[in-house]
Amino acid sequence: MSKHYETVFILTPVLSEEQAKETVKKFKKTLTDLGAKVLSEEFWGLKKLAYPIDKKSTGFYQLFEYTTDNITLVNELEVAFKRDERVMRYMTIALDKHAIAYAEKRRAKRKGEDVTTERKPKKERTNA
Amino acid sequence: MSVTKEVRYLNPPQAENKRKKYCRFKKTGIEYIDYKDGDFLLKFINEQGKLLPRRLTGTSLKFQRKVAQAVKRARHLAILPYVADGLK
Repeated sequence: MSKHYETVFILTPVLSEEQAKETVKKFKKTLTDLGAKVLSEEFWGLKKLAYPIDKKSTGFYQLFEYTTDNITLVNELEVAFKRDERVMRYMTIALDKHAIAYAEKRRAKRKGEDVTTERKPKKERTNA
Repeated sequence: MSVTKEVRYLNPPQAENKRKKYCRFKKTGIEYIDYKDGDFLLKFINEQGKLLPRRLTGTSLKFQRKVAQAVKRARHLAILPYVADGLK
């Protein structure tokens, strides 16, 4: 039975935008190599940290939501995080049924956002 | 025959404005408290970033534990500070 997980990690602000994107792609590849199906990924970009982490006060946030049957996936993923010095902090959460429902709603809302951007032209009101 | 002394208080007892506290999660039917949106969690911590007790927020035990876990996760991810002054 495939379990749902959610991983958030922070990259050092020293990287440029596309270097950060490239490290995110690298981690996405390791995820899919280890046998995870990535449901959604969100890049929150450069955000201000609430407290400085190793002398840095901002960081690139990235969220991955995925399902997998491979029970050792999370350990291997975290070993990869530990090894990569660009990642300042990471956290992996197993999602229970309420969290899964919340995540689906969040995904639908995000997809809804992209769809409703091109809004239908407003009907011009014909004042009879 | 006892003379009932009329008791006068300096200020009226606080009993009047004690409105019934309710658990906001049961009322609105929220089931999952997300550790990622910090501004929702701000309602549950005081100015120094400490968790508000149940007697002030009125949340039920089951959801207070979820709030506590969410706040601790948010602190780990630097979304919320561990210690702050004048947070709000």
